[in-house]
Amino acid sequence: MKRIKNSQDLERLRKTILQDKYSEKPCVIISEKSTCCYLSGSKEVVETFRKGLKNFDLDNKIDIKTTGCLGFCEIEPIVILEPKGIVYQKVKKEDVLEIITETILNDIIIDRLLYIDPVKGKKCKTEDSMPFYKKQRRFILGNNRFIDPLSIEDYIAINGYKALANVLYKMNPEKVIKIIKESGLRGRGGGGFPTGRKWEYARKAEGKPKYVICNADEGDPGAYMDRSLLEGNPHSVIEGMIIGAYAIGSNEGYVYVRNEYPLAVKHLENSIKQAEEYGILGKNILGSGFDFNIKISRGGGAFVCGESTALMASLEGKPGEPRSKYVHTVEKGLWNKPTDLNNVETWANVPLIINRGAEWYGKIGTNNSKGTKIFSLVGKINNTGLVEVPMGIKLREIIYDIGGGIPEGKKFKAVQTGGPSGGCIPESLINLPVDYEKLSEAGSMMGSGGMIVMDEDTCMVDVAKYFVNFLREESCGKCVPCREGLERMAEILTDITQGKATTKDLELLEELGGVIKDTALCALGGTAANPVLSTIKYFRDEYKDHIKNKKCPAGVCKALITFTINKDKCTGCGACVKQCPQDAISGEKKKPHTIDQEKCIKCGACFDTCKFDAINRK
Amino acid sequence: MEITLNGVNVQVEEDWTILDAAKFYGVNIPTLCYHEGLSPYGACRLCVVEIGKGDRTKLVASCLHPVKEGLNIHTHSKRVVNARKMLVELLVARCPQSKVLQDLASSMGINKLRFKPKNDDCILCGLCIRMCEEQMDAKAIGFVNRGVNRKITTPFDIKSEKCRTCGACIWICPACQLRCQGPDADTGLCSSCLNFSPSCLDLYEDAMCYMDPCVACLEDKKIKKKNENEKKLKFRRKNK
Repeated sequence: MKRIKNSQDLERLRKTILQDKYSEKPCVIISEKSTCCYLSGSKEVVETFRKGLKNFDLDNKIDIKTTGCLGFCEIEPIVILEPKGIVYQKVKKEDVLEIITETILNDIIIDRLLYIDPVKGKKCKTEDSMPFYKKQRRFILGNNRFIDPLSIEDYIAINGYKALANVLYKMNPEKVIKIIKESGLRGRGGGGFPTGRKWEYARKAEGKPKYVICNADEGDPGAYMDRSLLEGNPHSVIEGMIIGAYAIGSNEGYVYVRNEYPLAVKHLENSIKQAEEYGILGKNILGSGFDFNIKISRGGGAFVCGESTALMASLEGKPGEPRSKYVHTVEKGLWNKPTDLNNVETWANVPLIINRGAEWYGKIGTNNSKGTKIFSLVGKINNTGLVEVPMGIKLREIIYDIGGGIPEGKKFKAVQTGGPSGGCIPESLINLPVDYEKLSEAGSMMGSGGMIVMDEDTCMVDVAKYFVNFLREESCGKCVPCREGLERMAEILTDITQGKATTKDLELLEELGGVIKDTALCALGGTAANPVLSTIKYFRDEYKDHIKNKKCPAGVCKALITFTINKDKCTGCGACVKQCPQDAISGEKKKPHTIDQEKCIKCGACFDTCKFDAINRK
Repeated sequence: MEITLNGVNVQVEEDWTILDAAKFYGVNIPTLCYHEGLSPYGACRLCVVEIGKGDRTKLVASCLHPVKEGLNIHTHSKRVVNARKMLVELLVARCPQSKVLQDLASSMGINKLRFKPKNDDCILCGLCIRMCEEQMDAKAIGFVNRGVNRKITTPFDIKSEKCRTCGACIWICPACQLRCQGPDADTGLCSSCLNFSPSCLDLYEDAMCYMDPCVACLEDKKIKKKNENEKKLKFRRKNK
């Protein structure tokens, strides 16, 4: 492919691609090229489709487009049959032949492959009819559907790099910064700092060269929106970065991505290579005279390297530990030069804002939080997946309308937002509008957008313990409050879950949490106490139950529960006897059994097996 | 440049940190990982001070934070002193054998250790690493691992060729240079030496003076108590 020489050239290319590739031809869209899809067996489905279409001599009449994650990970692999837009869920390779013979050749819809809405029990034929997609506004993630992530032409076809050409040919850097400032875009990595202002500071900062960094060190347990963006639409991130670099006057950029995301790295490498070939990266971009290069740097798996200064230290080849930001990184960042660092999702928002205008963007969201935010909705929820919603949407809408509620009719208890250092928001606040300020006020945070839903079977002390233990291991260990404080917090929480704590320990926990928040060096430490403080705030009674009554109401903390058999309900079927790994259950056939408490390790296997509800967990 | 240090407007040089300014004006801020001859690191957090006004105040490490025109600083507010106490308590619990830490604890009036003593040898302040690199030009030691597993050692835990066994690391170490002889095995605190705390913080949001160690008020209190006791005794004798 020859290099694109100017913006007219790009438009010409776009027209040719649209004519060649996007005729009225029917198309099979399969979500394949993402980690979540691969795990659900998408590769086999695609191969079988290829073979199948060839067998029926359809390979010239019907296109196959393999895309990244479509967001609804619960029902992957997803197959969409265009032009009608029929959606089939959880397609296996065995289903492929039927899809071709029935739906493609004869227009008959296969009922069993349709998605059934768990709330109303209705079958949905197209994406529009699915409640999961209905309330979302998928400006960023929605593009994944139209793109094969390995094809730059697909991206160009959906107006890709149009914003870049616009910026390079029609705007000066100040104008770009003005647009981003007016749009109200704030950092999607968690801090929520206004992006436009960051760019402005970086542009005004003295020193050369200046650097642009994309933070793709996504490490929150349960959060994977950055991964899906990099895997599904890497060019949008690259386009955002080039625009940002032009605005602040930088010619060198880095993408710092986790080594645990091999597919994202692969797609990114491929995209950078393609962009270079097309003259979109490198010297004289689109013939405008602006130069910019992107290098990929892979992180070694330290959670703390997602913190901007630790990330920069790691990029420099030093141990990934944060430093004080009293002198901001926009003035002295990477190698002590002005550096602008933004999150993957923030970068992906940039082309959208340039294309649609700041005014349009500013209309989405709340007063201080503009645009959409991608959340990864996981945990005890029916519709697991990535959801993109306008800021200010209520938690209830996300959990019940989009997420389809809690499985097995269980009760909603809390939702943990913002990753390990976010907080738990209880059911009483379910009407909370989701934006940066409101989440902070509730004792949690936006974070990178993890949203872990918990049901009545979740013990909040146990949850706090889990996150504190995660952070205690992932803290860099530099400053005392974070290293020592989290260690002690974990100690106290373990005591509580084992029934060894006193009320004084709870007070100490709160006091310690306050000091860690106040004195820790970086944002990891500064927010590390959130899971503990927020659960104490909203679930104090549960803590008290553990401490005073030595009971775990949710039946999770092993030291505080016992399993017994209800003699009236036990039929003596013996199902639990087979499951018990300790041989702790005994009794005559068809007569009530008993559990030997000495042998019982409280694994709960009997409880899960019993069909007669005869096992008591208290 | 003018800043407000504990309510007093003072002149400072532009390249000073808050700690420099406090030192110049005779306000003692406790430090552990700071040393004049080495680059500041900001790890022990003992030197935190409260900056800002009204509701928008925050704690910052004074060894790193540069002075700025009009900066309002409180070095001994209740929030600061309480935070320092907790940090020292955490550190003593880690290394009860350190005399430096025991003295700090007693000078802050820490009479009870609420965490289980760990008997570690190192507080990971990193002074030795910076000493080795910046003053001895050796870079023989460094941090390894992260979080709870962090420790200081030579590369791969083997004898380093870079190390000239000069002993500078031992000389500068606040945890192992002086062994405290007397920590109580049960509490982890020696509870002897100084043991004073600014009693004025019981009444006010900010310390009333910056004497170090703080003595006067505590003595005052003792006298007051003594007087009260005597009064009580007199009262009882009268009523007998």
